[in-house]
Amino acid sequence: MDNFPSTDSKNEPLVVPTMAELAAKGQQPDILFWVGCAGSFDERAQRITIAICKILQHVGIRYAVLGTEESCTGDPAKRAGNEFLFQMQAFTAIEVLNSYSIKKIVTGCPHCFNTLKNEYPGLGGNYEVIHHSELIQGLINEGRLTQADGESFKGKKITFHDPCYLGRGNKIYEAPRKALEVLDADLVEMKRCKSNGLCCGAGGAQLFKEPEPGHRDINIERAEEIINTRADIVAVSCPFCMTMLRDGIKHFEKEPEITVLDIAEITAKANNL
Amino acid sequence: MIQQALFLLLLLSAITFFSKNSKKIVRNIRLGRPENRSDFPAERFKIMLKVAFGQTKMAARPIPALLHFFVYAGFIIINIEIIEIIIDGIFGTHRIFAKPLGSFYTFLIAAFEWLALSIILACAIFLIRRNVIRIKRFFGVEMTAWPRSDANYILYFEIILMSAFLLMNAADYRLTQLTYGEALSSAAFPVSSVIASHLPESTSSLYLAERFFWWLHITGIFIFLNYLPYSKHLHILMAFPNTYYSSLTPKSELNNMPSVTNEVKAMLDPGFVPEPGSTGSFGARDVTDLSWKSLMDAYTCTECGRCTSECPANITGKLLSPRKIMMDTRDRLTEFGRNLDMRGSEYNDGKNLLDDYITREEIWACTTCQACLKACPVNIDPMAIIIDLRRYIVMEESKAPSSINNMFNNIENNAAPWKYSASDRLNWAKNS
Repeated sequence: MDNFPSTDSKNEPLVVPTMAELAAKGQQPDILFWVGCAGSFDERAQRITIAICKILQHVGIRYAVLGTEESCTGDPAKRAGNEFLFQMQAFTAIEVLNSYSIKKIVTGCPHCFNTLKNEYPGLGGNYEVIHHSELIQGLINEGRLTQADGESFKGKKITFHDPCYLGRGNKIYEAPRKALEVLDADLVEMKRCKSNGLCCGAGGAQLFKEPEPGHRDINIERAEEIINTRADIVAVSCPFCMTMLRDGIKHFEKEPEITVLDIAEITAKANNL
Repeated sequence: MIQQALFLLLLLSAITFFSKNSKKIVRNIRLGRPENRSDFPAERFKIMLKVAFGQTKMAARPIPALLHFFVYAGFIIINIEIIEIIIDGIFGTHRIFAKPLGSFYTFLIAAFEWLALSIILACAIFLIRRNVIRIKRFFGVEMTAWPRSDANYILYFEIILMSAFLLMNAADYRLTQLTYGEALSSAAFPVSSVIASHLPESTSSLYLAERFFWWLHITGIFIFLNYLPYSKHLHILMAFPNTYYSSLTPKSELNNMPSVTNEVKAMLDPGFVPEPGSTGSFGARDVTDLSWKSLMDAYTCTECGRCTSECPANITGKLLSPRKIMMDTRDRLTEFGRNLDMRGSEYNDGKNLLDDYITREEIWACTTCQACLKACPVNIDPMAIIIDLRRYIVMEESKAPSSINNMFNNIENNAAPWKYSASDRLNWAKNS
């Protein structure tokens, strides 16, 4: 990744380049930011998307988004059993990605990440795919993000909720924690963390339907565990987890005390972006 | 001579009966759909060594792991003793390895005795955990009368076998002590020599006792061997092939169905010539529609319930239990195989895995979080079965819940699971 000439990017307005614009100028980005449907349409998740863009712009990575040319990867369809719809989506998306000769992708969602990384190669889509937690971890390790001069998280108690498709699914446990370790905050782990992490209840297309009858909802079970840690902030790295955990915390009327933030938002705040 | 003939008869019938039942199990597993799980043999062998032989995934729960290790190591090592028993049984010899092995024999038998004692203790604790403490993991809707009895029978059996082994040694030791003085070193019998001191001094009854426990021990082993195919205890054999054939891909990766790829490619490109050999229905309605590996998984499950105890749906009171998925699959496959044996391949009992065993409410409760896959000490994948059943419901029956159908429609019409226009996808950038 080439650095843009160093500028004081903090005061610059956010510019979100699209692939189509770059292609028209005959330019190729270093990395494609795959925003995902939640990141594009969900009001809360849009703020995560903007945080990721701010980070990319701040460190001077040449990136672009597909914008209106992006489409659902097909993940919820596949997990709900509609392999036809999944493969239709996949072939369409691969055609777009390949037409722009995309080599590297960063996603803002572990579900998009898993599908693009693991399930697209068999259908002709071969890219280097990273999740935004890996991007942030890399930037911290390279010293390009300092987490120092922005909003201080000192003394704040933070717990991290592992997304199934990043953690158990792809064994990425340390990357999202890296963004928190550099904060000088008080990090607490829940009993069910990392490979034992409890699902937020949204995966496998559950987000799009009512849960089956039970004695409580899964996000309520998880929210209770979060509340018991006495954390001020619960960090997530998946827009689905964000929705589920916010609802869970709202259920206990704890939203003034406990904030749900994506690690990208935390990183952006810490860097004063 | 009569003893030898009787032994030979017993040995041969045990082997014959066991191989007959084993062949049925192999045949039943092969009823599943083909799937290549033979690539990367070196990597597979390593997984088998680690997970099955080394029991690494048991370590997540240290107390049962330690107890289980005693029983497992004990059984593997004590089986060396069976070689001697079989040779003695056929040739009418007595402790044929004692002389040639010398002091090593003393060491071996002593080790076996300590192991036998620890197996008895471990099994007793296991029985207490199941029946007195009643640990939650061993209960649940699928843990009906038979699975609970099966678990107890196995433990009683192991206690009887190990007690017979120790009592046989005790009688033998006492007998040789009385007849020849210290012919057999007491160092070989650290546990049974303690029992021996309480035995009577009648040589004839000691001889009878030694023979009785010798026969009880070996007959017990033969019966136990033939109980395996009917029991969850089959895992002691299946754990090895099942971990060897585990999936090598990330847990969250679902296979891309080649039969669907053919159809989708044909839709997108009218000139596409489909690859042959991929017809038939999509997804699974009955056990024969599942991958053979899912069927092997079902025979491997020992109903420990680690999957169910970590399943978020089950924890929050939903009907779904990954252990039940595995037990239902095995029960249905056993039934399917029995029909095949008794009534031939034309017979249809009108039953299916879907609906007759596993309900739709269970299938739709799965969040595909893969906690069950992670929890399983022998790498069973209940999620694969759930997804295959969903595929049948969606692609063959079009009977998904209406909210799921709405999601499908949205993806199809506007390339997002929600009802937003594709042209609004970049609106967030304009508002920022």
